[in-house]
Amino acid sequence: MNEQVVVLQEKANIIRKHIIEMLHESASGHPGGSLSAADILAVLYFDEMKVDSNNPKWEDRDRFVLSKGHAAPVLYATLAEKGFFQKEELMRLRKIDSMLQGHPDMKGTPGVEMSTGSLGQGFSASIGMALSAKLDKKEFRVYTLLGDGELQEGIVWEAAMAAAHYKLDNLTAIVDYNQLQIDGFNKDIMGVDPVGDKFKAFGWNVIEVDGHSIEDLLNALKEAKKVLGMPTVLVAKTVKGKGVSFMENAVDWHGTAPTLEHKTKALIELGGE
Amino acid sequence: MSKIATRDAYGEALVELGEKNESVVVLDADLSKSTKTAGFAKKYKERFFNVGIAEQNLIGISAGLAAVGKVPFASTFAMFATGRAFEVIRNSVGYPKLNVKICATHAGLTVGEDGASHQSLEDIACMRAIPNMTVIVPADGVETKMAIHAIADYNGPVYVRLGRSAVPVINDESTYKFEIGKGSLLKEGSEVTIIATGIMVSEALEASKELESKGVSVRVINIHTIKPIDKDIIIKAAQETGAIVTAEEHNIIGGLGSAVAEVISENYPALLKRIGTNDTFGESGSPNDLLKKYGLTKDNIVKAVEEIIVKKGVK
Ligand SMILES: Cc1ncc(C[n+]2csc(CCOP(=O)(O)OP(=O)(O)O)c2C)c(N)n1
Repeated sequence: MNEQVVVLQEKANIIRKHIIEMLHESASGHPGGSLSAADILAVLYFDEMKVDSNNPKWEDRDRFVLSKGHAAPVLYATLAEKGFFQKEELMRLRKIDSMLQGHPDMKGTPGVEMSTGSLGQGFSASIGMALSAKLDKKEFRVYTLLGDGELQEGIVWEAAMAAAHYKLDNLTAIVDYNQLQIDGFNKDIMGVDPVGDKFKAFGWNVIEVDGHSIEDLLNALKEAKKVLGMPTVLVAKTVKGKGVSFMENAVDWHGTAPTLEHKTKALIELGGE
Repeated sequence: MSKIATRDAYGEALVELGEKNESVVVLDADLSKSTKTAGFAKKYKERFFNVGIAEQNLIGISAGLAAVGKVPFASTFAMFATGRAFEVIRNSVGYPKLNVKICATHAGLTVGEDGASHQSLEDIACMRAIPNMTVIVPADGVETKMAIHAIADYNGPVYVRLGRSAVPVINDESTYKFEIGKGSLLKEGSEVTIIATGIMVSEALEASKELESKGVSVRVINIHTIKPIDKDIIIKAAQETGAIVTAEEHNIIGGLGSAVAEVISENYPALLKRIGTNDTFGESGSPNDLLKKYGLTKDNIVKAVEEIIVKKGVK
C-alpha cells in the first residue's frame, strides 16, 4: 500500500473517533450515516479538494455540499482536522449558543458551504454552484454527498436532470450507498435500485466504487475530472456505522448517540486514545 | 402532573381508530418510529404505507386515497409536512376539499438539538392561509386523542400539529369535552386573559397561578383549534378583561397571536401582547434551553401580563 493511502486511512480513523466523541458529548445526533462517509470526506478534504482553511472564503476554492445534512458530525470532524476551527469546538455540537448546529449552517461555521438538513435541497444547491462556476468561467469544482434514502426525494431527480442538461462536468456527486434509512432497509421502505442506471438514464457518467476503499475513491475522483460534457456520480458502496462493529448495518444507530459504555467500546475498536 | 408527548397519544389514537374505522389508512415518510405511526403499521400492515423520504408524494398519494373514499392520516415532521409539500397540500387537498388528515409531529422549537432546519415555526401560518383547512394544535395527550377521533369523524382537510417532548396532562379524561372550533375556558378571571395553544397552555396555567398569588385575576383560555377560531370566546375575553396575552410555540407572525389580533381588531379592539418566537430562526439546544432563550416560558407570560396591566391602567 502506498504512503498516501495509509495517511488518508489514518485521517478517516481520526475523523471516526471525533464523531464518536462528539456525539457522546452532545447525547444527540446521527452516528450511522456519519461513520459511513468518513473515508469519502477524508479523501475529499485531504487529497482531492482545493480549499484553504486560513482563507475559508477564498473565491476559487472547491465547494463541498453535505446534502445528507444529518451527517454533520463527519463534516465538522473533517473541517476541524483540516484546521477550519479548533477541535475543542467539536465538543459543543448541538449545544445552545454553539457554532456547530445539529445540521450544517453556512452562516455560522467556517468551511460549511451550504445550509442543509432538509433532504434533497443540498443537491439542488450544488447544481447552482456548479452553474455559477460555468457562468464565470471559474476553475473550481463542486462536490456533493447524498444519502441513498435521500434519493427518494423528487427534488433530487429534478436536480439530476438539470445537471446533465447544463453539462455540469465540474460537478461530482457521491451517493453514500449504505442501503439503510431510518425505518429500515431502502429496499423495504422505498426501493431506489438500480441507482447507477437511474443516474445513467438522467445523463450522468456513473462510477461504482467501494466507499471504504481509499484507492477506489482516489481513482474515481481522478477519472471524474477527465469526463467532459456531463456530471459524474460515484455510487459508493458503504456500510452504515462503518468502523464500530455494533453500529455496522444496525438501523437503530441512525440517530442514537453513544452512551459512555458505547463510546469506550467504539474508541477501543477504532484504535483507542 | 403526569406527562406524555402528544405524538405518543397520536400513535395510540391511530391504533384505536384502526379498529373502529376500516377506511382509515396511515401514511408516513420514513419517520414512523418518531411520528409514532409504527404502532398502527404493525397492527394494520395492509393499511399502512411508507412512501419513503418523499413528502410531496406523501400528500399527493393521500389526496388520491381520499378521493376514492379512504380516510388517510399522513404523518411526518411538521417542517417537511407543511414546508416541502405546501403546494401539494394547497392544490390537491385544500382546493378539492379532500378528506386528508395531515398529522405532523416535532413541531416548534422543542424538536431541540436538530436545530433550525427541523424547527417548524411557520406551519400554523401556512396551513391557516389555505382555504378549507382546519388547523388544530392540541395542548396535551388527552386533547390529542380526542382531537384525532373527532377529525376522523369530520369530513374535510385537517392539519394537526404535534410535539416531540412529553408535556403535562392538563385536561381530565373523564370530564373534558373536545369540540373542533371551540375554545376551552380553563380558568375564570377578570383583569387579563391569557390565550394559549399547544405546549404553551400548561405554561399559561402556571403563569396564572403565580399572578393570582400576586393578586391579579387572570382568565386562561386554550385555543386548540386555530382555524376556524372560536371568535365568541375571544370577543368575550376582550370585552370582559380588556387585555389579552397570547402564547404559542410559533413565530408571532401568522399564528395564534395573529389570529386573535384579527378577531379583536374587527370586533372589539383590546390591548394585546403576543408571545412567540420573534420572527427569528431557532438553533440547536435542549428544548428547555431553547424555550428560555427564545422567551417562551411561564416567566415570560407573567412579565407580559404585568406589562399589559400597567398599560391598561394608563389607558
Ligand atoms: C426532507 C426531509 N425529510 C425527512 C427528513 C428526516 N430524515 C433525516 S435522515 C433520514 C434518513 C436518511 O437516509 P439516507 O439518505 O439513506 O442517509 P444515511 O442512511 O446515509 O444516514 C430522514 C428521513 C429530513 N431530514 N428531511
